[in-house]
Amino acid sequence: MDFLRNSVLTLIVFLPLVGSVIVMLMPKEDTKRIKQFSIVWSFLPLALSTWLAIDYWIRFLAHGSGGMAYDVNLSWISALGVNYHIGADGLSIPLIFLTALLSFLGVYYSTRVIRKRVKEFFVLFLFLATGMFGVFVALDLILFYVFWEIGLVPMYFLIGIWGQAKDRPQYAAMKFFLYTLAGSVFMLLAIIGVYLSTGTFDIIKAAQIGVWTDWPLAASLSFWAFLIAFAIKVPSFPFHTWLPDAHTAAPTAGSVILAGVLLKLGAYGILRILLPLFPQSFAQYGWIVALLGVIGIVYGAFVSLAQTDLKRLIAYSSVSHMGYVMLGIGATAVALNMKGQEGMLKNATMAFDGAGLQMFMHGIITGALFFLVGVIYERAHTRELAKFGGLSTMVPVFYGTMMFAGFASLGLPGLSGFWAEFFVFRGAFGIVPVLATIGVIGIVITAAYILYRIIQSVFLGEYVAKKWDHWTTVYGKHADGPTDMETFEKVTLWPLVALMILLGIFPSLILNFFNQTAVDILSRLF
Amino acid sequence: MSESIFNLTWLIPLPPLLAFFAIILFTNRNKRLSSNVAIGAVSVSWILSWLVAITFFTNPELVKKPFNLMVPWLPTGTTTFSMGVAVDAVTAGMLFMVGFVLTMIFIYSSGYMTFPGHLDPALNTDGLDPRYSRFFAYISLFATGMLGLVVANNLLMLFIFWEIMGLCSYLLIGFWYEKKYPDPKQITPKEAGLKAFLTTRVGDVLLMVGMIFLYIFAGDLNFQVIFSGDTLQHIAAMTVNLPLFGETSWAVLISMLIFFGAIGKSAQFPLHVWLPDAMEGPTPVSALIHAATMVSAGVYLIVRMSPIFMAASHGHNGAMTFVAFIGAFTALFAATIAVAQNDIKRVLAYSTISQLGYMFAALGIGAWVAAIFHLLIHAFFKGLLFLGSGSVIHGVEHGHHHAHEQGHDEGYFDAQDMLNMGGLLKRMPRTGWTFILGGAALSGFPLITAGFWSKDEILSDAWANGHSLVFWTLAAAALLTAFYTFRQIFLTFFGKPRTEAAAHAPESVPSMTVPLMLLAVFAVVGGWIGIPEHFPGLGTILNNPLGRLMGGQAQVYGLHYEVLDFHLFPVVASMTVALGGIFLAWLVYGRRPLKTGEPDPLQVWLGPVHTVLRNKYYVDEFYHATVVRFARWFADMCYAFDSRWFIDPIVNGVGRIGRWFAGALRRFIDEPVIDGAVNGLGLVTQAAGSVVRLLQTGQAQNYLLVLLLTVLVLLAMVQFV
Repeated sequence: MDFLRNSVLTLIVFLPLVGSVIVMLMPKEDTKRIKQFSIVWSFLPLALSTWLAIDYWIRFLAHGSGGMAYDVNLSWISALGVNYHIGADGLSIPLIFLTALLSFLGVYYSTRVIRKRVKEFFVLFLFLATGMFGVFVALDLILFYVFWEIGLVPMYFLIGIWGQAKDRPQYAAMKFFLYTLAGSVFMLLAIIGVYLSTGTFDIIKAAQIGVWTDWPLAASLSFWAFLIAFAIKVPSFPFHTWLPDAHTAAPTAGSVILAGVLLKLGAYGILRILLPLFPQSFAQYGWIVALLGVIGIVYGAFVSLAQTDLKRLIAYSSVSHMGYVMLGIGATAVALNMKGQEGMLKNATMAFDGAGLQMFMHGIITGALFFLVGVIYERAHTRELAKFGGLSTMVPVFYGTMMFAGFASLGLPGLSGFWAEFFVFRGAFGIVPVLATIGVIGIVITAAYILYRIIQSVFLGEYVAKKWDHWTTVYGKHADGPTDMETFEKVTLWPLVALMILLGIFPSLILNFFNQTAVDILSRLF
Repeated sequence: MSESIFNLTWLIPLPPLLAFFAIILFTNRNKRLSSNVAIGAVSVSWILSWLVAITFFTNPELVKKPFNLMVPWLPTGTTTFSMGVAVDAVTAGMLFMVGFVLTMIFIYSSGYMTFPGHLDPALNTDGLDPRYSRFFAYISLFATGMLGLVVANNLLMLFIFWEIMGLCSYLLIGFWYEKKYPDPKQITPKEAGLKAFLTTRVGDVLLMVGMIFLYIFAGDLNFQVIFSGDTLQHIAAMTVNLPLFGETSWAVLISMLIFFGAIGKSAQFPLHVWLPDAMEGPTPVSALIHAATMVSAGVYLIVRMSPIFMAASHGHNGAMTFVAFIGAFTALFAATIAVAQNDIKRVLAYSTISQLGYMFAALGIGAWVAAIFHLLIHAFFKGLLFLGSGSVIHGVEHGHHHAHEQGHDEGYFDAQDMLNMGGLLKRMPRTGWTFILGGAALSGFPLITAGFWSKDEILSDAWANGHSLVFWTLAAAALLTAFYTFRQIFLTFFGKPRTEAAAHAPESVPSMTVPLMLLAVFAVVGGWIGIPEHFPGLGTILNNPLGRLMGGQAQVYGLHYEVLDFHLFPVVASMTVALGGIFLAWLVYGRRPLKTGEPDPLQVWLGPVHTVLRNKYYVDEFYHATVVRFARWFADMCYAFDSRWFIDPIVNGVGRIGRWFAGALRRFIDEPVIDGAVNGLGLVTQAAGSVVRLLQTGQAQNYLLVLLLTVLVLLAMVQFV
């Protein structure tokens, strides 16, 4: 057991890489074996991360602790003092689980719908997982940076090669790549700054020592450099325009990973690095983060309402939903300035919890929504909302699944999305009430675009056959009209729906992780 | 009965939830089985509800220590938020009503949901609605929502079930989502569902904000905590400086925000617009959700939260005045619209809005017990009236079908238009007589109907406490109520049939008429429980059990309750307006029944005023021209700003500059200066480039190069610093 505890994170991170290499060595023509292998192999991190979550719950959460665990600290590049330092706590474990789940489902779904350049696809997809897992476990800034960059390359190719020609995949891939890379340059500078100040790349040590405590300007500059890198990734308004292009162009599983996991890296970075390393600067500028969050919520919702392409709509809805995360994080930071006030620690904790919950819930909900777009796109080969209508009678299972995901996305109580919104606003109203008041407008507009744009125009009304006549089955054979979800699509989507319901009723299953760690982190700062 | 029965309270909402999942996952292919599962489940809930309610009624001393069961649910920082159930007098009263009405309407639905007329008859296989099972799944989920709302012991849980009901309302209003009308301006079910959801969402969001503020100040949302003296004093004493309103007590602000939730859910002005259009849903839905239960949940919410409303200045505050104003205004406003409607269900919808306004007016003037009384009684008779109207529509549709087969084709036929009816009492006696009883209760027909007693109590309270403006507004509304109700009865059931369809309408099946008769019993005897103590004769015999129970509960919550002395004037006034309205309706519609094709006499006499009323004061048009158009315009502007005007052009511009700059670097610095020196690096660049060239973009290598260079810079810095 101890062996497993010492190596579980390393296994989760590097198993996909090993799998990627193995697939690379397999013959290109043997797509069936490649697919089978990829499914089985991508299940391993899921199994391990499930065990990880349960083990952490039993050993830490159950005892009221949310501290760092499973850490491994080995010297990596000793000349630079760069260590292979990894670990996980209640903030990262849910996100590791989310990554494993969406990667597995993405691989499984892709084995059924990816037909061109199968081998390369799975090589890249598995490789991508390593980068994402790595970010969530890294406790060394250089290690963090390396994993951060690793994720970029496979996603670039996934969008560029498997995107639909009409969506300008090369442009989208390049935009995604450059934008993130531009942010990374700032991050690298900031990392160097941290090193110059503290003499270490270790996040935990640096937090203990304190970064630029004697030179506020340098602290501010480092803070901003990090923040820009993370805000681009989130993406926060006004750095968000790479997202709709990239999401729209990416193949289904790519969009799922992009929205479900990659966006979380930025928000995770803010909570993992900025909050403990730059509490003063963050407290000072937290309102800007909250403001950008609120703008993202409302603006993103309105832009979604104006969309006519289903996938683009959901992409923009991510801008809006990630705005809740930014609002929660920003509010948490602002609270550091108001330490004296009664109940402020509770407000800050709940805002932090809300941000964490929204990361996780948005991952499963938007992941499901992008899979659902895939379901219809594989059949209709269009995503124009105007081409659909009255599908609910024809495809009741698809309709039902979309209803769950759609209502979860608009924050209906009883489904998982509500808890994230509630905690974000509960925290934010206690800290930045004016911004939060503006933010709630987004809730109404979200309901409008989900129900008016998606549900009504795709599913309700009368089915008119002549509106669109290029239907095929999901396997590409001719069909006279829309056909309902196949078994593999149900297998992909229903676990996500089940999670939405389960976490809608028992949010503490996830909340406990975030909450304990939030208490842990914040009580040190307060 | 033992009080340990309360330990089962948490089970009450569960059976319908299980039925919901059972239907959508397993039984949906078998329609009859699905409806039986749903009816069975809701019956279990009914029995449990009545066990709990009756146990409470028989132990009135329980009001002092209401049952409360808590389970830790959410970790919130270092504290924990508990969910749970509670039973006090209000909950018990609501459980008594809701359990029974739910079951009646479920049974009624199993007869009502036959194959709908707007679908292609070729699809008709078994005479039942093609989505019969889905209907029962939805109303089961709804039942969970309503029962859960009633038993919740904290505001957050109440809010969750509140929203689940909103979802069901949306799904059920749009149940016949493919339905279209020849008139493109007429709202279709799918649009009506959307409108309902979005309109109530506006109120719900404000409610959520109010709830969150309450949470922040009270530290919890459990009713015991938020109604404790400490919390109430705290929120009443704290003030906030609001723009426009100035210095306001938090208690008042929170109350106002919460009240907006009720305004949305109970369709009060200015968010009333969704309810009349919600009539696009199947009639049992109108009866269940849009008359008896969900819309009255708004009233229930304010009943529940009354201690917060009363916290500042002993209830003499802006929030209470606002509630009274909105309630009284809506009561009259909606009643005037109802007078000019011809759709049998829309008349009832406006009357629901109006009656809910009554309840809010009562709450606003502090007549807490009277509001609860009217809430409970209204549910019975309004549910009855809606189910009766459904039975009528069903009969007329069948009659139309019959006439159609006989060759009397009348083109598009509106089975809900009262001008197409007439003389149905003879064709449908059970439906007719029960409808008349329900209508009499709604009109407040003196002494025998329940509606008289509950309405009279509100008027007496308003009179006794000197709220004369509220009193006169409500009295005027009562006059109109009696008028339009009997206008409806005369147009529908009396005179001669005005169409072939009405002439051939058959009586409905027993599964529909039996619930009507059971509800009719309550529409009469229900009132006996609340006859004021000092009412001559009757009052002393029956001794006002409801007033005693709820009054006791009111005192526990620190609310105002007094046993009113008997005043002749309000009683005479409420008798006069009821009988006067009925008499006026008889003069206009009863004495000389309308003939086929004849216009409504009111239309002739009132002229343009009637047009305004008929068009509901053009509020819909106003909202459409302002809010809806603005939202769409603003969305388009945002998107243009995003993709065409500002943000994306800047991003692309920066990209272009970067590309130009990179090209310039390569031409003037990289190639002539560095290239020779860094041969090893060049190899790596080439290798990377050959991979990237697969993409035929030929640009990525620059950026991999950037990455590499930065790492080199880092290495260099660490070496030399």
